[in-house]
Amino acid sequence: MDFDLTEDRQMLSDSLNRFLADKYPVDHRIKVAYQEPFHDPALWDQLAELGAIFALAPEDKGGFGGTGFDISVVFESLGRVICPEPVLGALMATRILSHTDANQEALLSGSMRAAVGLGEIEAPYDLSSIATEATKSGDGYTLTGRKSAVYGGQAAHHLLIAAKLDGKLAVFRVDAADADVTGYAMIDGGGAAEVIMENTPAVLVLEDAADAVQDAVNAGILALCSEAVGAMEVLHAMTVDYLKQRKQFGRPIGTFQALQHRAVDMLTEIEQSRSIVIKAASELDGPDATKYCAMAKNLIGRAGRLVAEEAIQMHGGIAMTWEYPGSHYAKRIIMIDAQLGDTDYHLSRVMAA
Amino acid sequence: MDLTFTKEEQAFREEVRTFFKENLPEDISSAVKAGSELTKDIMERYHAILAKKGWLAVTWPKEYGGPGWTPVERHIFDEESCKFYAPRIVPFGLAMLGPVLQKFGSQEQKDYYLPRIMSGEDWWCQGYSEPGAGSDLASLKTRAVRDGDEWVINGQKTWTTLGQHADKIFCLCRTDPDVKQQEGISFILVDLDTPGIEMRPIKLIEGGHEVNEVFFTDVRVPYKNLVGKENQGWTIAKYLLTHERTGIAGVGFSMLALEEVKALARKVMRNGKPLLEDPLFAARIAQVEVDLEAMKITNLRMLFKAQKQGAPGPETSILKIKGTVINQELKDLARRALGPSAAPFPGAITEGNLALAPENHANNAARYFNNRKTSIFGGSNEIQRNILSKAVLEL
Ligand SMILES: Cc1cc2nc3c(=O)[nH]c(=O)nc-3n(C[C@H](O)[C@H](O)[C@H](O)COP(=O)(O)OP(=O)(O)OC[C@H]3O[C@@H](n4cnc5c(N)ncnc54)[C@H](O)[C@@H]3O)c2cc1C
Repeated sequence: MDFDLTEDRQMLSDSLNRFLADKYPVDHRIKVAYQEPFHDPALWDQLAELGAIFALAPEDKGGFGGTGFDISVVFESLGRVICPEPVLGALMATRILSHTDANQEALLSGSMRAAVGLGEIEAPYDLSSIATEATKSGDGYTLTGRKSAVYGGQAAHHLLIAAKLDGKLAVFRVDAADADVTGYAMIDGGGAAEVIMENTPAVLVLEDAADAVQDAVNAGILALCSEAVGAMEVLHAMTVDYLKQRKQFGRPIGTFQALQHRAVDMLTEIEQSRSIVIKAASELDGPDATKYCAMAKNLIGRAGRLVAEEAIQMHGGIAMTWEYPGSHYAKRIIMIDAQLGDTDYHLSRVMAA
Repeated sequence: MDLTFTKEEQAFREEVRTFFKENLPEDISSAVKAGSELTKDIMERYHAILAKKGWLAVTWPKEYGGPGWTPVERHIFDEESCKFYAPRIVPFGLAMLGPVLQKFGSQEQKDYYLPRIMSGEDWWCQGYSEPGAGSDLASLKTRAVRDGDEWVINGQKTWTTLGQHADKIFCLCRTDPDVKQQEGISFILVDLDTPGIEMRPIKLIEGGHEVNEVFFTDVRVPYKNLVGKENQGWTIAKYLLTHERTGIAGVGFSMLALEEVKALARKVMRNGKPLLEDPLFAARIAQVEVDLEAMKITNLRMLFKAQKQGAPGPETSILKIKGTVINQELKDLARRALGPSAAPFPGAITEGNLALAPENHANNAARYFNNRKTSIFGGSNEIQRNILSKAVLEL
């Protein structure tokens, strides 16, 4: 047993953390996350150059990583600076494409940005009843339907869209320019898009794609949970720091036991979160990936809410402001719950597993 | 034991209902329903509608033009006003300064200010908190020094709610730095037009502007703007605190929020079924419903006791703690129910057929984040627990 990162991954983690700390100071993050295109294209390129996306795919697909631990390392670093770059789309795209022979060079080098459109307004988490339909048209296909809250969709060149083809789940590639894509900022910063398709031309990527999509969702869940762990650790550190600095009644508020115990409860939940993420990462390519990813997302949903709400409460008014970085961490941590299945959805998946 | 309202109280409820049905303009209730920031115009028009009926200064006794309601009648009014999506009455002049002037003000102050509060001519804001003085309010530093028949004020107030609409601010200022903290504070009225005052907006977590910081540099106001005696400010502040203590459970708002969440969960479809049929989500709703049902009675028990004793006691801190937690839970459910449809930044995507959330729910995430304030301000829930453990449990 060894809970340390391998040397390679430690190096990846260190260089990413250094790069992000340097290039993504929180003021910059807050600015770009809310102004079009809701990320920083120049930093996207540099992040890709650093290998952050190559790390998400295995060697035989053109990357240099691709295991659960590689994914976890990258996203935890992104979470530490609540980075709004649309890396999740790249990860889920490479997971899907890895079930095909597609060349992934453009995707992994970052020159082509992809977003993955799965959920719909009335089927946000469970994809069994999505309404988007594919129709054969000549020697290609067209899609009709609406994908909602497509994360990173505002910045994507290509969209990978899940649609029903003869009643089965299939994945298609749509050129963003061919669909009606409306991008917007999210409440926690970063961008998403509504993608509306009406007989929109599409290229079939994968027929009978249920397993590939589930694999991409599992990887996406692991990524989001790792991001949450990174963000929670920073927010917790900020909170503990504030408890030491802030004085009321002539002493640091961190000397009040009522607050001390709650800061410890946050720590406990974060340690539990880290553990379930490690478990999910180690199972990502195994037969029970779906179950362990569901467990991770359920735990992170609960822990995230506790950490975000307690951080705000224990800071007092200051954490209610836009100017205080902690408020942005709290928003991101809370909103992660609504991506790829929330606490309750994943509890029901664990119950069914 | 009898849980029914008296005949008179029931008749009063009917009267309030009829009033709202007939007098609350549609554009005001829809703005409240949508949960966006209310404009000054809406708040002023709503106040004027209540004032005309004599129902604006709900806590004022009859002699000052209030309706002279009992706590239970006030509770009924709150409940009904929520049901009709009426705005909250802006409390600073009406619920805070008014009662202070009635108890501590000079005749001249009462004659001048009270009618102006009632007519809406003056919009007041509350200048208590400072960057260094939040929970420990008595440590406030904003200094007021007497110079002949003037005060000279220097310092900074913060978190000033709706200060951007206000033309006056009531301040707690340090007037004697050499005595015990609580004994050197005075309550002073300040016109925001006075030279030397600068107000800057504070943007909140969800992007809204409802609070401000206020800087005072050699601000000169007449000595007669002092309320009560010099260095009596802390007594006044404490009086206000006990005065404020009914209605803090926000039962009316939570009852409405519960109905809204249920309606939303019936409307939101998940894979061919309404979300309300998801047993896990339904259980979350049911759980808050149980707590709220108990809170309604806890609230009435405390109102009843206050009515008998003449003043609410420290046990009403329970209402603040549990009342805010219940309301925050409901706001959490309203956001959670939408899933990813709660994600857009408020106003980012409002066009009709592009909207992700059902009508009036586009701001659910923003409301959830904004509502975290309720367990922080007005004495944080930790401070309420301190009050309970000292004053009720005598620990
Ligand atoms: C949206 C908003 C609107 C507001 N509007 C107004 C306004 O109009 N006018 C005005 O004057 N003020 C206003 N306030 C200020 C509000 O009253 C203060 O935020 C509140 O008193 C808490 O102070 P603080 O924010 O400085 O937190 P702090 O007092 O620094 O508290 C930080 C944390 O420490 C805890 N804590 C402090 N002391 C103890 C203790 N002894 N034991 C245990 N825990 C403790 C607190 O509960 C909190 O969790 C507003 C605040 C907000 C957020």
